[in-house]
Amino acid sequence: MDVTFPIKQIVNGDGDLVDASYKDKLTKDFVTKVYQKMLFARMFDRKCVNLQRQGRIGTYVPFEGQEAAQVGSAMALSDDDWMFPTYRDHGATLTFGHSMRNVLMYWNGRYEGVLPPKGKNIFPPAVPIASQLLHATGAAWAEKKKGTDRVAMAYFGDGATSEGDFHEGLNFASVFQAPVIFFNQNNGFAISVPTARQMHSKTIAQKALAYDMDGVRIDGNDFFAVYFTALDAVEKARNGDGPTLIEAVTWRYGAHTTSDDPSKYRDQTENDVRRETSDPVTRIERFMKASGMWDEALDELEKKASEEIEAAVGEMEKAAPAELNHLFDYVFETSPWPIREQKDHYLKSRGVNA
Amino acid sequence: METATQTLQKQLTLIQAITDALDVMLSENEDILVLGQDVGQNGGVFRATEGLYEKYGEDRIIDTPLAESGIIGTSIGMAVNGLRPVAEIQFFGFIYPAFNQIMTHASRIRSRTLGRFTVPMVIRTPYGAGVRAPEIHSDSMEALFTHMPGIKVVVPSNPYDAKGLLIASIEDPDPVLFLEPMKIYRAGRKEVPEGKYTVPLGKGNVLKDGEDVSLFTWGAMVPLAMKAAEQIEKEQGICCDVIDLRTLYPLDRDLIRESVEKTGRVVILHEAHQTGGVSGDIISLINDTETAFLSLKAPIEKVTGFDVPVPMFSLEDHYLPKGDGIKQKIEHVYNY
Ligand SMILES: Cc1ncc(C[n+]2csc(CCOP(=O)(O)OP(=O)(O)O)c2C)c(N)n1
Repeated sequence: MDVTFPIKQIVNGDGDLVDASYKDKLTKDFVTKVYQKMLFARMFDRKCVNLQRQGRIGTYVPFEGQEAAQVGSAMALSDDDWMFPTYRDHGATLTFGHSMRNVLMYWNGRYEGVLPPKGKNIFPPAVPIASQLLHATGAAWAEKKKGTDRVAMAYFGDGATSEGDFHEGLNFASVFQAPVIFFNQNNGFAISVPTARQMHSKTIAQKALAYDMDGVRIDGNDFFAVYFTALDAVEKARNGDGPTLIEAVTWRYGAHTTSDDPSKYRDQTENDVRRETSDPVTRIERFMKASGMWDEALDELEKKASEEIEAAVGEMEKAAPAELNHLFDYVFETSPWPIREQKDHYLKSRGVNA
Repeated sequence: METATQTLQKQLTLIQAITDALDVMLSENEDILVLGQDVGQNGGVFRATEGLYEKYGEDRIIDTPLAESGIIGTSIGMAVNGLRPVAEIQFFGFIYPAFNQIMTHASRIRSRTLGRFTVPMVIRTPYGAGVRAPEIHSDSMEALFTHMPGIKVVVPSNPYDAKGLLIASIEDPDPVLFLEPMKIYRAGRKEVPEGKYTVPLGKGNVLKDGEDVSLFTWGAMVPLAMKAAEQIEKEQGICCDVIDLRTLYPLDRDLIRESVEKTGRVVILHEAHQTGGVSGDIISLINDTETAFLSLKAPIEKVTGFDVPVPMFSLEDHYLPKGDGIKQKIEHVYNY
């Protein structure tokens, strides 16, 4: 294992193919599909930031800048695999087949928001940082016990590596050789704290060494590096060869959440530089143009994506108000008397008969 | 009891009063330091530590790695070694990774070492619902800590108390959990004396004097209690004795007793879940205080959150106690 953890890249920020061994894999059909998903993710995110500004949803957690990391890793999974996202990973969950309406509902404070389509193994976004690494390990471990070839992918940020749960998750996965992929998005900050102050380690990937696990460091803004690295890790896990830690080095352009003001803790002009030199969406566009894959028809994509997003927003806004049953009826399979009585009493006080 | 060495006043919100208290103490005692997530350059996600990093530097206003057990565990180590850490947990709902450190160490090192090692440490944390925050950000689990032997639990409800109670907490020789009701962080400015003063721990405060019904509450429920009390007095002439308990462990037994002896009727209001809430301790305190118990003219009533997880924000107004519910209970005990 390489202990210096160089950053793996396939297509650079200018859209140049820097690793020619992938040339044949980047077919026009494939790249077009990728571009479409990336563009969609970006537009969805921007829409949500706007919805929040207009007061149509609550606090929102934007991921603009991290599209390649999220879309690329999600595309490496197969339908039946497991995904354990954070609050920032709707780019990944939507790519993996989450319901757009429900993702919007989540940001509108609705329980329905965590529900993916039936049969889709997407866990509710982890809000307590790093807790999900253990869930992913457990779910993957269960698949191994059941003898399937399904895997689990856990998402987490750079800050999450400081929590005890991060280390426990990696250690359990390593001890039991669980088929789990620890997909880290090192977006440079945990709210205001830069990665360099979060840890003295030079990389996150190197933390895999302690668990005798493969650790890979990639350009998280390069969809192709993300996708092919994740695919390798997924295949390795499927074949029973254990867990992998992937560090996708990326950058969030926006605020930590819509209630955060990043100008308090960083120079925001850095965003302009990065948009020009290492943007995940622009680089695919550049690559396509340079390799003759760009097609005028692609200009239509934006309109189509926008219509789909607007339709989902419409569904979210048309939804009937949150049901009181959601407050009371799902704490236990059968509500014990305190909850039954509290509910009855509350409904009566509102003039509703239980 | 309440000592003010300065009489100049400023108009501050509750959160500004907290910043002011930290500032006063940091400038007085070099051993005091503030640590937590985003408390430095960012000034805290609610701006509770705004300006302190610039004034006291990164050695005393410390952005820690993202690890609650780490923050509290290292604070314990610093406290037993002569420093006075004021640790911030970003939201009360994220204190759980540190529970082990608080439960098995901070709260019992004095006992374990017969007083040789002590933990003079304050844990500040925003808490409570009602601000449309994302999931898990709105818990009110104060009773987990009032049940825990060896830690005091304090909740201010206005800027004056916030500053005085925080200074008293920092000066306390034992660990204090200082819960900041985030719903009323910026609920309005009030006069706060400049400089140093304390509001003693373990002492409640009578906010409104009344003969008919005792209304015990704390934190973000205080404004709701006051409003209900004022309305019911106007509408029905029922006069409430509204008491802000301010410290939840130890409770102000004398104040509770005096009030109950006077009114004989009690309503307890808290945002936390009903079962196992601090209301249970207040009821048992009244039961155990003969003169209070024998003054009761009606069973004690509670207005609380339900025994369900604090919901996502579309349902949080249903979860939270409401003015009508409070008035109904007041009426009920009054007419019993
Ligand atoms: C246990 C816990 N502590 C604190 C928080 C508050 N918080 C939310 S996000 C965040 C920063 C997370 O940073 P990182 O892991 O790098 O992920 P990012 O948000 O950058 O995607 C913090 C401190 C939390 N959600 N959970």
